[in-house]
Amino acid sequence: MIRRLLAILHARNMEFLRDRSSLSWNLLVPILLVLGMAWIFWEDDRPLFKVAILGQTQQIDRGAHPFLSTRHIHFYTVRHEQEALHKVSRHQIDMLIRLDGIHTYWINADSPRGYILEKMLLGSGGAPLKKAAVSGSPVRYIDWLLPGVLGMNMMFSCLFGVGFVVVRYRKNGFLKRLNATPLRAVEFLSAQIASRLVITLTSVVLVFWGMGAFLNIRMDGSYLLLFMVAALGAVSIIALALVATSRVSSEELASGLLNFLGWPMMLLSGVWFSMEGTNEFLQAIAQLLPLTHVLEAARAIMIDGYGWAHIAENVMVLVVMGAVFMGLGAVLFKWRADS
Amino acid sequence: MTQPPILDVRDLHKRYPGVVAVDGVSFSIAKGTCFGLLGPNGAGKTTTVEIMEGITEATAGEVRYRGAPHDRRFREEIGIQFQTTALQDFLTVKETLELFHRLYEHTANLNEIVEVCALEELLARDNRKLSGGQRQRLLLALALLNDPKVLFLDEPTTGLDPQSRRNFWQLIERIKQQKKTIVLTTHYMEEAYRLCDEIIIMDHGKIIAEGSPAELLAEHFDETILQLPAEDFTASADRFPFTVLYGNGCVEMSIRDVDEAIKQLQQQGISLQRLEIRPRTLDDLFLELTGKELRP
Repeated sequence: MIRRLLAILHARNMEFLRDRSSLSWNLLVPILLVLGMAWIFWEDDRPLFKVAILGQTQQIDRGAHPFLSTRHIHFYTVRHEQEALHKVSRHQIDMLIRLDGIHTYWINADSPRGYILEKMLLGSGGAPLKKAAVSGSPVRYIDWLLPGVLGMNMMFSCLFGVGFVVVRYRKNGFLKRLNATPLRAVEFLSAQIASRLVITLTSVVLVFWGMGAFLNIRMDGSYLLLFMVAALGAVSIIALALVATSRVSSEELASGLLNFLGWPMMLLSGVWFSMEGTNEFLQAIAQLLPLTHVLEAARAIMIDGYGWAHIAENVMVLVVMGAVFMGLGAVLFKWRADS
Repeated sequence: MTQPPILDVRDLHKRYPGVVAVDGVSFSIAKGTCFGLLGPNGAGKTTTVEIMEGITEATAGEVRYRGAPHDRRFREEIGIQFQTTALQDFLTVKETLELFHRLYEHTANLNEIVEVCALEELLARDNRKLSGGQRQRLLLALALLNDPKVLFLDEPTTGLDPQSRRNFWQLIERIKQQKKTIVLTTHYMEEAYRLCDEIIIMDHGKIIAEGSPAELLAEHFDETILQLPAEDFTASADRFPFTVLYGNGCVEMSIRDVDEAIKQLQQQGISLQRLEIRPRTLDDLFLELTGKELRP
């Protein structure tokens, strides 16, 4: 079994490495994306500009305090005080307000935006709130963005890199030829996963290393843990692509299906901005997407320096998703285009 | 059939929506024979063979290999050359051979396969740069890598030029000498006549004739064909006691006694300078059985 798996893995890797145009794009795209983002945000080291209100519902009672009617400020509710305070310390929330019990606001003493918001709050004319200070160094947007961009690139590379290859093999009859040998579906699929995993992780590591040094990206946690999260995420997304294309033999349909999976992840998994404060339904959908768990875990490791215990839930979700998708992919897998 | 069959096909049916591809086909293949399935496109021969290979599931009926239904051992012991097969891009002939070689537990010597299929000069060539004949030789080599007991060849020479086709037949004859069982589908009658020990002729999913090529011809024909250009046939057809058919600028006469026929033609003053005498072929047999040409 291992010999057959390695044979397919080797052949697929050779095919990929000799396809110069494909190889170039797989390396160039993430570099161009990160450079583009770096250029756009080079002058803009501001942390995110947000005011969070502690509360159990998403509804904000604007009449509770005149400050809440201030224009050009994004107000939203959060449930967990400790989590929100941590974000204030990281400058990811500019101000946190509690309007039940003792009316309190928290700002980061080192945050210029917190300072401005405090002045606006005090000048708004409402009932006085108790001040509480939080300290902590800011997180640049590029520090927050880099895992998102790399994760998004990894996601598209896994979806299309495997999905299209399998559909092409099925359409041109190569899978039918393999089916005439003792090769099992699970061996073929494992080889495809392993091949794309090697390609994707090599690309991600190279770009992370290069861009990380170039942009002086913050990395407070374990590289090993980050690598593990990336690998688990890649496996689950590759396996998802194999499920989506398990019976497809049309590139047009495959493109539609893979985009149908990819775009929600790009928009809802927190690639460009945090989903915090958005519609609860969308947040629930985001939790069903593997990229969400990759990015939550990666940012927890890189930005907050968290260890295994903090990201265990994300890791478990990725493991379960990977196993379920692989199982489904093997069961649904079809060798032939016309059967 | 003196030997027990290596493959036994029993009452095979395959239906697709609106189409009956195979309609109650039964036959047996003796070990070491070259067995041909003949028929025009759409006759059901490829579907029958793919069910025998275990690639397609039958709607009803069964295929027994060495007395038992297919199991995993079967895939290890057969070699298949499909009608059309794509190979992995960017791999050389040698890498492609090595890839498939590693998919089997029991394998033939790779160098011997390369030599048998005359691939020595092509080992470093990209798959995509092979000619039709070279590509068919590579596909045959892939089918032989596991030293198969049964070799399935599905229209292996379709699309090849006559020279490449004859070269390919020589390869098959070398493989036949190794006493492998070969299952060949073709719509080239000459190919079947030259290579096959036993044949079945299929049309509309059914077997319409079976036996050895010589037996089938002897069973259906006791006549020889005399052929003349139409302009040389200067007498009236009703002066002769045999059938005379006009077509394609020729006159064809079905004759039992050639000597007598030649005398009669000479008596009518017909020039025999361009006379051709040929035996009945499988093409004629197919025409006789179905009323249509075998080739599409």
